Amino acid sequence: MADTICRTLRDGGLEGEHAPALTIKDSKASPFGFDVFNYVLTQLSNYILAGKSQSRGLVVVAYSRSPSFYVDLLKRRGIDIASSHDWIHILDCYTDPLGWKNWLIDKDISQEASSLSSFCQDVRNLDKLYSLIIEQGKGLIGQGKDRFSIAIDSVSEMVRHASISSVAGILSNLRSHDQVSSIFWLLHSDLHEIKFTSVLEYLSSMVASVEPFNQAAFGQRVDLENLSMLEQNFRKGKFHVRFKRRNGRVRVMCEEILVELAGIKFTPVLSEDEIINQRLLPKVQFNLQLSEEERNERAKVVLPFEHQGNGKPIQIYDGRRSLGENKEEALVSTGKLQPDEDSGKGQIIYFRDSDDEMPDSDEDPDDDLDI
Amino acid sequence: MENQNLNLLDRALGLDGPSEPWPLSGRVVLIEDCVETSGSFVLHQLVKRSLSPTSSNVIIFVAFANPFSHYDRILRKLGCNLVTQRDNKRFIFFDMLMLRCPDVDEGKSSEGGLVLLYEKILKTICGLPGDKKDYVTIMIDDISLVEVAANGGSDYVLDFLHYCHALTSEFDCSLITLNHEDIYSSMERPTLILQMEYLADILIKAEPLSTGLATDVHGQVWLSDYLSSQRT
Repeated sequence: MADTICRTLRDGGLEGEHAPALTIKDSKASPFGFDVFNYVLTQLSNYILAGKSQSRGLVVVAYSRSPSFYVDLLKRRGIDIASSHDWIHILDCYTDPLGWKNWLIDKDISQEASSLSSFCQDVRNLDKLYSLIIEQGKGLIGQGKDRFSIAIDSVSEMVRHASISSVAGILSNLRSHDQVSSIFWLLHSDLHEIKFTSVLEYLSSMVASVEPFNQAAFGQRVDLENLSMLEQNFRKGKFHVRFKRRNGRVRVMCEEILVELAGIKFTPVLSEDEIINQRLLPKVQFNLQLSEEERNERAKVVLPFEHQGNGKPIQIYDGRRSLGENKEEALVSTGKLQPDEDSGKGQIIYFRDSDDEMPDSDEDPDDDLDI
Repeated sequence: MENQNLNLLDRALGLDGPSEPWPLSGRVVLIEDCVETSGSFVLHQLVKRSLSPTSSNVIIFVAFANPFSHYDRILRKLGCNLVTQRDNKRFIFFDMLMLRCPDVDEGKSSEGGLVLLYEKILKTICGLPGDKKDYVTIMIDDISLVEVAANGGSDYVLDFLHYCHALTSEFDCSLITLNHEDIYSSMERPTLILQMEYLADILIKAEPLSTGLATDVHGQVWLSDYLSSQRT
């Protein structure tokens, strides 16, 4: 499913269509959003390098990590951008976002930008930020009709310095720019009002939420009873993705995530029946499960004394005759009288258990009791 | 029992092994406590470990809560002489007790005060000898008082913390901060403390026991070390 997201970003948008946009959303209960962001970033980078994606370049707007972090991250994933970086550019909104270093008297303390990254020293000015992103992106792809992708590592940080409407505005403008192929961003949902989260979700064609593996354990005081559940939450989580398709339909998918030192792993979620079956089935050397064919055959078996619900009159198998015999005999529904349509009166049809059974007499069988 | 607990904390932070490279280099540690259980002892323990004879660490201690004499007295009991360390330029103490940003033109002055503090920290690091520059630990005691000094401007405090965070990347130094969780517990959305938790690589929480007060055991400490998959 995570790969589905990456492929959607890879394929980009059609002519005249807004670029696909992904919101990655997490919270302190399950803070793995940045791991997911790095995964998507790496996958998209691989697609771009392999020439398999619509976009030919990637602009990373770095608010929460330094450019060197992303250089090292991609290097660990086998992508050495230090030596060849004509396809990626990092807009550094991390090192000096507010221009404090410009205020310092000793200019020697200021850092030099590299060819791989450039500084943004006024993140409050989103118009300027927009221009920088587009300029850097066009610088990567040249003058042709190629497109580039954009990754913003924290819109939570972006909205700290600007209003919700201006952040929504810049994201919408980037998404609708005809040279932007795809865009994705990370959001920490518990830092914001629901209104802001909702705005971003409306702007997105895909929303990926990271949620705790054990929801009940979050927020509880740590003690020996819930320690194992809390520990699970520090390594595992649930990954829900909502896709908005071109035809307007919405598709929801779910996976489990496991965060390790090497990175993040996505595994399919077992259905509830599969989980229960796995727990209840004893581990023996013979097969206790049914194959599909065996299930179908079992469904065809006619059970005695059971409502079959096929619209036909109920036939009760009394154990002595086959179902096809004695069709002139009246049929009885389970526990109810079946009225005769002509006479309007009810009737009871009685089948003797045995031919040897004596007919009922007038004697009361309880007469011999001394009550 | 106390020593055993401290040793467990050292092991959890990786401080029981060799001092170099410093296990907390480039990492951000947040200590959270409350009125019932103070987390200051964790800060003191980290000061002691940072200044151990086998390490080359330099501490820049930004003190909003207590004067130098307070920390000196406590660390002496732990076997660490802060006066000597200060003289040796291993313990650089910034006394911020009297820092109060003026109310006139509140916004700019609050921000300006924190910009100057950041500049002071940055210049101190840059002024260190070459072999010491890679072993710096910045400690801030405590963030709630930084907020007071900034006239409640939590956005400016977050900006300041962001710039300190950038120092961990630029100089590979450690950043250790202390904040009081219960100050923000009544807020619907405690943005400052949540943002700090997002910045932190290691979160250390000091809490009272779930069973209540006890004479011998003052509380519990639990530590969460977010996986280092995000770091080099």
